[in-house]
Amino acid sequence: MKEILRQFIRDNFLFGLQGESFSDDDSLLEKRIIDSTGVLELIAFLEENFGVKVQDDELLPENLDSINRLVRFLEKKLKAAA
Amino acid sequence: MQLEEFLENSARCSGGKTALVVGERRLTYGDVERQANRLAHSLIASGVERGDRVMVYLENSVEAVVAVFAVLKAGAAFVMINPTTKEEKFSYILHHCRATALITDRAKLDSIHGSVGGSSLKAVFVAGLGDRERQNGHRILRLEDIVTDEAISGDPPPKRTIDMDLAALVYTSGSTGRPKGVMITHLNAISAALSIISYLENTSDEVVLNVLPLSFGYGLYQVFMMFRVGGTVILERSFTYPAAILDRIVRERVTGFPMIPTISAMLLQMDLKKWDFSHLRYLTNAGAAMPLEHIAKIRKLMPRVKIYSMYGQTECTRVTYLPPDQIDSRPGSVGRGMPNQEHYIVDDGGNRVGPGVVGELVVRGSHVMKGYWEMPEETDKALHPGPFPWEKVLHTGDLFKTDAEGYLYFVGRKDDIIKTRGEKVSPREVEDALYTLPGVAQAAVIGVPDKILGSAIKAVIVPEAGAQLTEKDVLRHCASRLDDYMVPKFVEFRTEMPTTASGKVAKLILSEQARQGL
Repeated sequence: MKEILRQFIRDNFLFGLQGESFSDDDSLLEKRIIDSTGVLELIAFLEENFGVKVQDDELLPENLDSINRLVRFLEKKLKAAA
Repeated sequence: MQLEEFLENSARCSGGKTALVVGERRLTYGDVERQANRLAHSLIASGVERGDRVMVYLENSVEAVVAVFAVLKAGAAFVMINPTTKEEKFSYILHHCRATALITDRAKLDSIHGSVGGSSLKAVFVAGLGDRERQNGHRILRLEDIVTDEAISGDPPPKRTIDMDLAALVYTSGSTGRPKGVMITHLNAISAALSIISYLENTSDEVVLNVLPLSFGYGLYQVFMMFRVGGTVILERSFTYPAAILDRIVRERVTGFPMIPTISAMLLQMDLKKWDFSHLRYLTNAGAAMPLEHIAKIRKLMPRVKIYSMYGQTECTRVTYLPPDQIDSRPGSVGRGMPNQEHYIVDDGGNRVGPGVVGELVVRGSHVMKGYWEMPEETDKALHPGPFPWEKVLHTGDLFKTDAEGYLYFVGRKDDIIKTRGEKVSPREVEDALYTLPGVAQAAVIGVPDKILGSAIKAVIVPEAGAQLTEKDVLRHCASRLDDYMVPKFVEFRTEMPTTASGKVAKLILSEQARQGL
């Protein structure tokens, strides 16, 4: 899951830029990797690839702002759906 | 009067009141005033002189606000740099305005480090520097040490400026592709702020939440306006996580929220009934026209909230506002001129035209800029002799018409500048970046309609024979050179470019084909 997310972020927000590395805990906002239209793309990607529905009040940095937070959020959503 | 007196007066009258909230940090007017005074003393001690330019290259933060006022208190002019600006453009601006100091943070300093050596900079103030790094080079100063240093006076340095001195250079896209530095004096900024405050009816009870970058005039003036009236401003870095912003609006009992159409488009995709907006008094829109359907939906969702539709440009900050009681009857209008300003519409011959006739909007007032920094030809194109011998008036380059009652309707630009996310983008600047990518034979950049962005930037490229360019190559190249909002959203490859009879790229044809989805 981590690798899929990392690949998506690298391809879509960094366009595969060399030297733009980020750790699993780095804030996507602080590192300027994601912006407001990027979040919409990220949500569409999560919904399409993981079959989850992201609610409006879940559009929070706690859920979305790093690879690790995304993984935790997705696991929680998938567990709730199961 | 000087612009920094907005802060100084509020610190004197209500020093214990919350002025600024960023994340978990809450600063009173007294806190901001003392920090700004210390930094101002330090700027002066570093050799910053009256009339110098000082660059501020920071995210929306406490430090950015302190920096702006410190620069003014030191008698210099601030130059805000968009936080997503890359080294090439940063370096251009640094050399163009010959800044004598820079206020930034550690990560940003790393990204532009190569430009600093050999420049006009006498000192660099850096937020977030580690202890050990401080010792490397005496020109690099740790910002946190200065603003908390009890040994530096927390009182303002003696005033060195008068109100016709330069307060800011605001770099904006120019049709030639090189950014132009709009010269704003203290009087210009104060005039604009006071007019806006009067029509928004701001008081010390106001709590404004601002997500727009302070490098954008519309964002920066939220701070000036709140500091003038003694209100509170809450700064966020962006609208990236909408639920977090809406939670904050509820928690902080926000009364004013400035938007651009990109924000209203995102808001309207959400179920807003989940939040309680009962404290919200007004919404403003500027940067680009808000689509009529957004206005209608917001009116229905928040019937009690006043909506101010506004229009302005960096060259004079703001021009018009639509009184909220007109929003239902004239939703397509950006309103009438703001207080203490005159405006009129002229045809190509410079003659004033009547209602219903499209022409260029001309603005008169003490908020009109003094010109573009060291660009006399560009200045002459924008500032023309006015009706009276002592003045220049601003030719906005924006086409408008009025209805019978004089309410203004935006029609389009005279040049090919693209408005995306409320910011101006010069196609030429993006094309220049594209031409530095090996394999690009021809490049043309146009704006295409986009629900979220207003206009989205599209690059049409004819590759050189045999070149293996991909969309990702183009986007990666642009992302490494251009501010984030200038990076194209769409890339199209063609084998040849449509041209006009004179051999120029026929952008009208490209735009028309894009609209029809060809």
